[in-house]
Amino acid sequence: MNTKRERSEVSLSLSGGRLAVATAGAPVAVPPGAAAPASRRSRSRLRWRPLGLVSAAYLVALTVASLSAGWWAPIDPERQDLAHALAGPSAAHWLGTDRLGRDVLIRLLLGGRITLVSVVEAVVVFAVLGIGLGVVSGYFGGWVDRTIGWLSDLLLALPGIIVLLMVLSVFPGETLATMVVLGVISCPLLLRVTRGVTMAVRQELYVRAARLSGLTPLRVMWRHILPRLAGPIIVQVFLFAATAVLVQGALSFLGLSAPETQGPSWGNMVGEAAAVTGQDGWLAVPTGGIIALTVLALGLLGDAVHDAAVDRTRSAAALPTRPARPAGPRHGSSPTAPPGPAQHPALLSVRGLTVAFDLPGGPLTAVRDVSFDVSPGECIGIVGESGSGKTVTARSLLGLLPPHGRVTGGCARFDGLDLTALPERQLRAVRGSRIALINQEPMSGLDPSFRVGSQLAEVVRRHRHVGRAQARAKAVELLATVRLPEPEQVARRYPHELSGGMAQRVSIALALAGDPALLIADEPTTALDVTIQAEILALLRDLRSRLGTAVILVTHDWGVLADVCDRAVVMYAGEVVEQAAVTDLYRAPRHPYTQLLLRANPHVAPVGDALPTIAGTVPAPSEWPAGCRFRPRCPYAEDVCGSQAIPLVDVGSDRTTRCIRSEQVGTR
Amino acid sequence: MLRAALRWLLSSAALLFVVTALTFVLVSLAPGDAAKAILSNQSSTYSPEQYQQMRHLLGIDQPLPAQYWHWLGNLLHGSLGTDLFSGQSITDALGERIGPSLSITLGTVLLSGVVGTGLGVLSARRAGLVGRIVDAAALAGFAVPNFWLALLLVELLALKLTVFPPGGYVPLGASVTGWLHSLVLPVATLSAGGVAFVAKQTRDAMTQVLSAEFVTMLRARGLSTRSIVIRHALRNAAGPVVTVLGLLLVSLLSGAVVIESFFSIPGLGQQAAYASGTHDLPMITGVAFCFTVLVVAANLLVDLSYRWLNPKVGDA
Repeated sequence: MNTKRERSEVSLSLSGGRLAVATAGAPVAVPPGAAAPASRRSRSRLRWRPLGLVSAAYLVALTVASLSAGWWAPIDPERQDLAHALAGPSAAHWLGTDRLGRDVLIRLLLGGRITLVSVVEAVVVFAVLGIGLGVVSGYFGGWVDRTIGWLSDLLLALPGIIVLLMVLSVFPGETLATMVVLGVISCPLLLRVTRGVTMAVRQELYVRAARLSGLTPLRVMWRHILPRLAGPIIVQVFLFAATAVLVQGALSFLGLSAPETQGPSWGNMVGEAAAVTGQDGWLAVPTGGIIALTVLALGLLGDAVHDAAVDRTRSAAALPTRPARPAGPRHGSSPTAPPGPAQHPALLSVRGLTVAFDLPGGPLTAVRDVSFDVSPGECIGIVGESGSGKTVTARSLLGLLPPHGRVTGGCARFDGLDLTALPERQLRAVRGSRIALINQEPMSGLDPSFRVGSQLAEVVRRHRHVGRAQARAKAVELLATVRLPEPEQVARRYPHELSGGMAQRVSIALALAGDPALLIADEPTTALDVTIQAEILALLRDLRSRLGTAVILVTHDWGVLADVCDRAVVMYAGEVVEQAAVTDLYRAPRHPYTQLLLRANPHVAPVGDALPTIAGTVPAPSEWPAGCRFRPRCPYAEDVCGSQAIPLVDVGSDRTTRCIRSEQVGTR
Repeated sequence: MLRAALRWLLSSAALLFVVTALTFVLVSLAPGDAAKAILSNQSSTYSPEQYQQMRHLLGIDQPLPAQYWHWLGNLLHGSLGTDLFSGQSITDALGERIGPSLSITLGTVLLSGVVGTGLGVLSARRAGLVGRIVDAAALAGFAVPNFWLALLLVELLALKLTVFPPGGYVPLGASVTGWLHSLVLPVATLSAGGVAFVAKQTRDAMTQVLSAEFVTMLRARGLSTRSIVIRHALRNAAGPVVTVLGLLLVSLLSGAVVIESFFSIPGLGQQAAYASGTHDLPMITGVAFCFTVLVVAANLLVDLSYRWLNPKVGDA
């Protein structure tokens, strides 16, 4: 389960009252069980790509037209025609005329030269300093890094526009000086991004290998680090180019840089339009519009190039943004028969549960035809290797599948309700109060910004009608229930002030807050130290006997299973392969996978012998073989195993297996 | 905590020192000087003696380090010197001008913060159309030059419809409604970019937080969507949003120059633009000093609220 989050670095440039923003370090949180989260990004990328092309075409056309306008212009840009001053668009003057009757289009194209040259000047300085210092800073670290970091902090804190004004007072009307200084004072934005990426890349194996093999730092940086920087750099450079257009426009509008005496520029043409406000509204449209369009094109192109260069996957929000139950068609196999007559009326009864993920290439089934029962107070273990669909099965019961995941078949009866068909509102009434969940990484399941006590009290108040003070007292009581010493004091702590074991106790307390009838514990001990594991398991056993809560324990650890569970559901590649009482399972497994898993279990393997392992790995959902999914790794496999889907069959009382050769299991 | 405060104090002092020293160097590089500017202001001709006398009077015949030393000495006594032209105390002059600047700046930050955060949360929750609209609006808000937007707004709302004044500033003390009225167009102009910017950052931060495991676990505990989004997710996304608001504040402090000139608002930016045209060294340095102090204060504010919002930073 990967819930690691990188804090995205927000960087901005502040010039001319404008901000350029770029977010580096793609925040990727891959939801558990999602083989490949279909990114919303990838779809929107297809939408944006034509815009990127249009932007590129516009910029190229603008550049060519501006640079060559001097040669082909049919109208002298300085020719005055006072009779037709401030005219709107016409056949003779496509974009109209200014207050001296000069052609606006030609003047805009000529003015574009100043903008283009300015942008190139600023971007070169920005890129050379930003990338150069960033790579050096990130590569060498230490005092070099600290010095450069201090300098860049200083530059960022400078009041940008004031510095530019001072420069302009030294070099009146000079564009080059302004743009060079703009590049210098903005370079920390690129520098920070470059430094971050460099530091990350530097630690990667192939770069370390290159360094150890004696390549000079310069070569390592050039050959291995620079190519990796492409994505973040591109975004920053384009955003900065757009900022440069705006800053140059603003300064020229104020008449400080590229004043009208030096010929037309976009900024001073908007200035002219401002001078005639009230007389004529048209002139402002093309003059400011071309600046806006150019900035827009640079922004869009940057986005498009970046998306093409970097393959970013981004998971969608975990909260459902649409009704929780997508109206997609339910397909999948018909539910298999219940596994034998249950002795007690089941608390939870899962039948034929099938879960699929909607991927760009079509739906992908991750869990198929899962059936099992949980009686009140009973503890069921769902066991299997990583990737067998345990977590997806568990979470689908609470409607907490990762984005794009949905139940496509089967049902889960609980309290007379089908959990898989409940609308989000009704599911909310079940969650926490009737069925609670404990996750694998306790720390990541707690809100880092709230104290333990306040998080607990909120959940208590959600499920019981009590006042604040009572909820608070109940929270402390719950912390005592999970045997946390000094519960009062723990309640006042933030999650980051807890140890892993304490955090898991807190999340168990949170799960108990609503007094649930069923507790789903998803690998509750996997992330913990061995000694802490034993304590948490003891706590679970104890809670079960004291409170009579039924438990579904998801685990890959046979020791945990034997320790806590009454019955086990063995899963492989999204299917239940065997189901039996834990003692029966240990004594005589009836599926080859169970048998091999048990042999590979360090708790039971003969001491001194090499631990047997199962050759191969669990195949990904897209690579599931036809017929028996375990066939490629199975020592008992015959040709017939691959020709047909294998059904779950009853083998004894309350015991099923998905193997047609179950009689032979144990003979090899 | 003490260490952090000390570090902050040292780096702030260093920043102020560098900025003011840089100002001195830059101004000394400029062709012409204040003596020349003052004399040519008074009469068309003046003798070299008059010129030397004026330079001596202004103290600009001394070497640059000496001038800077003198300036620093004055600073310790709470004085930023006097305006070379009007003879007014610079601290007084800046005091008059800081009100309009802060009114515009804080107004814009407030509006951008409230509207931008709201839009950002909304679009993070509804990924489809609303998300794309916020994306497009953010891009548009970034692309439209503010001086152009100001022009269009004045054309439409001040000249055609005459709803708001086309420029000028009414102090808060004179008339509260007049003050608000005079702020509408400048603040609206600057907020277009601000709202877009804050909305986009909020959306990114919210999307990231909402995909975190703890949000799934909050749902697993049966909490309402309102509580999850407003109480938990927004609180966790608040750090980046506050950072963004701080950056907006800092950029507006200096970036309002263009808008202040456009709407003829007697603010700091306008003063800076004017002073840099007349070589008024004490005034330029004073404005630069004042800006840097504001930037330092804004950064401190962001830092403190960040510590308050993020318990992990608090005890580090």
